[in-house]
Amino acid sequence: MSDAAALKAKLGLNVFKPLREPHIRIRAGMEKDPRLRPAVRICPAGLYSENEKGEIVLTIDGCLECGTCRLGCGMDVLEWNYPEGDTGVQFRFG
Amino acid sequence: MEKFDVIVVGAGLAGLAAAYTLAGNGVEVLILERGDYPGAKNVSGGRLYVNPVRKYFPELWDGAPTERHIVHEGISLMAKERSLTMDYHGRELREEPHQSYSVLRSKFDRWLAEKAESKGAMLLSKTRVDDVIYEQDKITGVMAGGDGLNADVVIACDGVLSLVSEKAGIRSAGKPHDYAVGIKELIALESGVINERFNLEGDEGAARLYVGQVTKGRFGGGFLYTNRESVSLGIVIGIEEMLNDATIDAPALIEDFKKNPEIGGLVRGGTTVEYSAHVIPEGGLKSLSALYGDGILVAGDAAGLALNMGFTVRGMEYALASGYFAALAAIRAKEKGDFSAETLSAYKTLLEDSFVLKDFSAFKDTPDVLRNQRIFNHYPEMIGGLLKDLYSVSDHPKETIYQTLKRNLSMGEIWSIIKDMTGVRRI
Repeated sequence: MSDAAALKAKLGLNVFKPLREPHIRIRAGMEKDPRLRPAVRICPAGLYSENEKGEIVLTIDGCLECGTCRLGCGMDVLEWNYPEGDTGVQFRFG
Repeated sequence: MEKFDVIVVGAGLAGLAAAYTLAGNGVEVLILERGDYPGAKNVSGGRLYVNPVRKYFPELWDGAPTERHIVHEGISLMAKERSLTMDYHGRELREEPHQSYSVLRSKFDRWLAEKAESKGAMLLSKTRVDDVIYEQDKITGVMAGGDGLNADVVIACDGVLSLVSEKAGIRSAGKPHDYAVGIKELIALESGVINERFNLEGDEGAARLYVGQVTKGRFGGGFLYTNRESVSLGIVIGIEEMLNDATIDAPALIEDFKKNPEIGGLVRGGTTVEYSAHVIPEGGLKSLSALYGDGILVAGDAAGLALNMGFTVRGMEYALASGYFAALAAIRAKEKGDFSAETLSAYKTLLEDSFVLKDFSAFKDTPDVLRNQRIFNHYPEMIGGLLKDLYSVSDHPKETIYQTLKRNLSMGEIWSIIKDMTGVRRI
């Protein structure tokens, strides 16, 4: 199993309630900003990746709501909120 | 608009401790929690030291859903190809009252919420707080789910990022230097297997910290805590360190950790049942966030009240205590009928007079000293290398112990150790 597949399998163990809308967004025009680049490595859920155009993209499903990207990349490049109530990860053990 | 004496944002340990104390004193309190239940959004290592907070909640502890009381305290220096583990075991750790327990937050927080509710606190789950309400520069409530909810005091216990304090204008977004992220797997294992592997009996538990290569020689470490029928295994690493080292991949750190021969045998046959992560305050006293403002108090991680003391890593008892003191400050403000920052500043005094800010003050330099890279990249290799030579028997005649020490500890090395020891005096 590739690292990405193994990570996906681990995220699959968690209980997630579907998000009604993404609670974290890359700000328009910031997709190639160097401050965003580390997100690909530092997100514990591996939700950021680089596409063929060299832009960073975010797939929000599987977000652990940990806050790493908010602190690591900053609010200039990210719009960041917690998901609405009744959505997102629900830890059974914590 | 509905009006409460106090609104607590976040049903974690700080918020629940505040609500429990407030409700117990006849104060009308509403707790807003964005998770489906208290603990649903919380992640902790998780280890709770009960002694410092026992007296603030005297009736509370019987029946608390703790996992195991810790009787083995281990620390492992992890070099690239070798490791050294010290395992401390003392009779006092087996004696009641036990000083520390492993806990699982979604169990523990739900139980504490029931206790707070039994005192009369109201809990509204599945509810995110979107904003604060200002009236003449004073916080007078919160907006949640499109509704305004008013209160004399809002206690922000919304965790390490505390968006509520940000919206209230009493703190700005944190800096990477002051935070780490903890990444954890909960690995289910039968209790009998745990007891055999860690030399435990009954509800005894073991805790281990791992320093060195587990974080690629950067600030942070690994941890392992035994629960009743699972092991909490995780990595903590500084956010700034991750930004500065392009070879670090966060999800890979914990995978590599699990594969390390030192760990592999301890969790063999276990099944990972949950994968979690959360940011942790690491800045200590210098990086504490605002504690109060007009109509608002801040407690727990939201105020930055977590402390890495090297051999012990603390947070949950500071959350419980700060929630308790925030409640006391709110009760005094209610008696005076004055909820200004000046009156609420009594909270800071209460924290200063307690173990909370005394600990933060005594350990104020620890975060800086612990950032000495040599702790993570040099000493594990140096000490591992020395032990390798002491234990090795080759086809050459064996070197004396003194010769081995002298070869491993050059004058330059000793000089560097002395320099590092001057840092140790500050912790």
